[in-house]
Amino acid sequence: MEFFRPATLIDALALKSTHPTALCINGGTDVMVELNFDRKRPETLLDLSAISELSEWSDQGDSILLGAGVPYTRIYQELAKELPGLAMASRTVGSLQIRNKGGVGGNLGSASPAGDAHPPLLASGAAVNVASVNGTRAIDINEFFLGPKKNAMNSDEIITSVLIPKARGGQQYSKIGTRNAMVIAVCSFGIAIDANNKSVGTGIGSAGPTPLRAHEAESYAATHLDWVNGSTVTPEMMKEFGALVAAASRPIDDVRGTAAYRRHSLAVISGRCLKWAWTSTQDMRSK
Amino acid sequence: MRLTCTVNGKVETIDDVWPGESLLYVLRERMGLPGAKNACEQGECGSCSVHLDGILVCACLVAAGQVEGAEIKTVEGLAGATDLHPVQQAYLDAGAVQCGFCTPGLIVATVDLLEKNADPSDSEIREALAGNLCRCTGYSKILDAVRLAAVRLEGAGKH
Repeated sequence: MEFFRPATLIDALALKSTHPTALCINGGTDVMVELNFDRKRPETLLDLSAISELSEWSDQGDSILLGAGVPYTRIYQELAKELPGLAMASRTVGSLQIRNKGGVGGNLGSASPAGDAHPPLLASGAAVNVASVNGTRAIDINEFFLGPKKNAMNSDEIITSVLIPKARGGQQYSKIGTRNAMVIAVCSFGIAIDANNKSVGTGIGSAGPTPLRAHEAESYAATHLDWVNGSTVTPEMMKEFGALVAAASRPIDDVRGTAAYRRHSLAVISGRCLKWAWTSTQDMRSK
Repeated sequence: MRLTCTVNGKVETIDDVWPGESLLYVLRERMGLPGAKNACEQGECGSCSVHLDGILVCACLVAAGQVEGAEIKTVEGLAGATDLHPVQQAYLDAGAVQCGFCTPGLIVATVDLLEKNADPSDSEIREALAGNLCRCTGYSKILDAVRLAAVRLEGAGKH
């Protein structure tokens, strides 16, 4: 096995171009499990962890440009105000040891339907920036996930960053698992309310072949939330919203839970998330 | 590959390292440092917790090739010439060690917590140690040990 540890992105892109089957590694929290258990034996390992620009984020005015290798710990320590949904999701990833190393780039690269970053990125309308020797392109998060562990990247491309709109209203993330730590989601849900555009974004995790949006639930919430007076979300709205989220999911039975349980729990957590996110939208407005 | 890194303050050079093997394997099998334990090899148990460039990580999830030039601190590097580290002593005094397998990882994770937060609440301790499993399930004594270490370190003015 060849091992490359480029210090610059330009060198990394040149290597990925000449070694398109190279497996990228950064935090290692997914890739090393595959190596340790002999599930993967790539001919080439391309270590991105020495490229400093991948572990930086910057304020772009309306958005945050988040480097693919910024660890989850830094996301919730440094960006909880700008990206509350992603910060909440980041705090639920694995354990401190995992969050200190893992980041959004690896989550997107693995493209597991259970990735914790995916629901908030879908809910916020993020864009994934990828680069190759031929240039860069931004992939709409809605077009990024193609199937279980399959994404829209070409073999010569590397994920460099994610452009995420700053919160324009309340955001929430909720996840079902057997304990608060070290949980691969049985199912998960992210919501981002945009008080400026009077719209609602959603993301469903671990309940379909890819992370999913719940479009009908989004439309329902946008038309039924009281944007003028900000009156509280009623139990009926929570129930209807939850039912629409559950209907948008496409879960299967597996070792972590049944499809029926996933639909039920999604309905419950998404209704709660709507209520909580709407409450924080009003809190933000009154400040 | 030839790997050069600093372990517990000492520069080490090791030959014939396979770059895809884990830092844990390098520490245990190539450097004779068995303090970090090998259990799950997937980051689930925290038994292999070490500090890598000052950050708490699972050594099983770091590729050897990634630690070229890095600074690593393992549980072996905590004790002084004559005395145990206050966190180690607190684990002994609180009876927080049963079979002992999870202890090195928990001690490293506790040192990490108390370096950042000298007076953690119980929920902060639980969150900080959530990645370290004790299958003897001696968690209440472990929490006692962390509280005891926090008090002693505060008293010693180490923060």
